[in-house]
Amino acid sequence: MEKMTAWERVTLARLPERPKSLDYINGIFEDFIELHGDRNFSDDKSIVAGIAMLKKIPVTVIGEQKGKKAKENMERNFGMPNPEGYRKALRLMKQAEKFNRPIITFIDTPGAYPGMGAEERGQGEAIARNIIEMADLKVPIICIVIGEGSSGGALAIAVGDRIVMLENSIYSILSPEGFASILYKDSSKAKEAAEKMKITAQDLKKLKIIDKIIEEPKGGANEDFETVTKRLKMYIIKSINELQKLSKEELIQKRYEKFRNMGI
Amino acid sequence: MVIDKVKKVNKKEESIKNEKASDMLIGKWVKCSECKEILYKEDVHNNLSVCPSCGKHFRLSARRRIKQIADEGTFEEIGTNISTKNPLNFEGYLKKVEILREKTKIDEAVKCGICKINGEKAVLAIMDGNFLMGSMGSCVGERITLAIETSIEKRLPLVIFCVSGGARMQEGIISLMQMAKTSSALAKHNKAGLLYISVLTDPTTGGVTASFASLGDIILAEPGALIGFAGPRVIEQTINQKLPEGFQKSEFLLEHGFIDKIVERKDLKDTIYKIIKLHKSSK
Ligand SMILES: [Zn+2]
Repeated sequence: MEKMTAWERVTLARLPERPKSLDYINGIFEDFIELHGDRNFSDDKSIVAGIAMLKKIPVTVIGEQKGKKAKENMERNFGMPNPEGYRKALRLMKQAEKFNRPIITFIDTPGAYPGMGAEERGQGEAIARNIIEMADLKVPIICIVIGEGSSGGALAIAVGDRIVMLENSIYSILSPEGFASILYKDSSKAKEAAEKMKITAQDLKKLKIIDKIIEEPKGGANEDFETVTKRLKMYIIKSINELQKLSKEELIQKRYEKFRNMGI
Repeated sequence: MVIDKVKKVNKKEESIKNEKASDMLIGKWVKCSECKEILYKEDVHNNLSVCPSCGKHFRLSARRRIKQIADEGTFEEIGTNISTKNPLNFEGYLKKVEILREKTKIDEAVKCGICKINGEKAVLAIMDGNFLMGSMGSCVGERITLAIETSIEKRLPLVIFCVSGGARMQEGIISLMQMAKTSSALAKHNKAGLLYISVLTDPTTGGVTASFASLGDIILAEPGALIGFAGPRVIEQTINQKLPEGFQKSEFLLEHGFIDKIVERKDLKDTIYKIIKLHKSSK
């Protein structure tokens, strides 16, 4: 694996041309049918979700979706979900449980959207609800950080049996800029903060937060999308096979222990 | 990204300090930060730290909160063997914690224990905003989880008093995972059919709001408490306008359907007791 500074990885993770959730969804699965709406308020376009086939396995897929160009990014709210996005994700995860389908989530967000409407409609509650429900879903859940996994906005779809990161993705409590402004009172110290925050896939593997790093080609996943997709697909199939051998009780208990052991 | 726009967060700390200074006593007197009334220190103290003039609920330490909620002498603390760790080897962190311990005479941002509330046994967790803004790191997450697990094991109702500025920055991703840890424990608690009362006090924000604070079977809040996921300044910087008066206050959350009831401090103990009693009767 390549040696790079944390900041270099932050830059790669945020590249506009870096493959997004829909690229992976279409690259890995067949017959993806996107499903919309939280049945309560609206359809949040910063989260895409639906059903698809993986080899012969029906699955539910969910991803935080950034845009590559300015216009799409506006439509996608830069990948920052509102509560409706998380509630749509939860609705479809519950549906996956009903039909006994494994769930695959793709994480790529600068954070949950900090807007007025988001607060009025319970952003905190939406994230909390997803976390507690995911802890108890009786189907395998595989979570893949493909770009930026920032704050509770990432965790809201990242409680699963396997947590995976692409080599140049980052996963953190908040952005290095936010971190720098809080701890160093200076957001321009983001580079410095990035090194100390332990946000790279390599750091998180060492901290035992993630299970696996998926290697990327030099220059990032956009340089050879097919190879990265193939690696991801193989890993997902292998993991689903392993997880489907467990009883539902074992699955839930192992997931519990996984997060129970993080920290002290 | 949006969070990135937050510059000079030190302003926030400053305003908190100012607020504290105005809350706190200049000699024997204190100026209410809400109604600006000059109040006699002892009157405020004897009024459960609520402004006798306008009803503003001032922030409470965990120690004083325990005194107000638990029957005298019944609080038996658990989890004191769990202490702050430095998982990211963050420079100066443990030193800062040590100094804070000396200064505040508390060892972390939460105290947990088993107590009686008007004679009813319960597990009680009380966060303390004086310790790094009640931020949640691995010690807080572990103690809260222990409280939840104790409640399951002993089949006792669980009451958590929340006050938090959010995640403990110095513990980075480990702090984030405490949201998953505590919420997963609550999933078990749920399945065990046990009662969890969450009490939101000023301020409850960030990762605590987006985990156990929002997951109570019954969610109570003190009047006028700031409750939200994103902090008001972050929102203002995102939308580029000032937030309306009362935004993210308890009354606002009640109106939007996110809390069950606003309870004045003087009625909190009795309200919690009545809810516990009712749930006991239904078994
Ligand atoms: Zn007053």
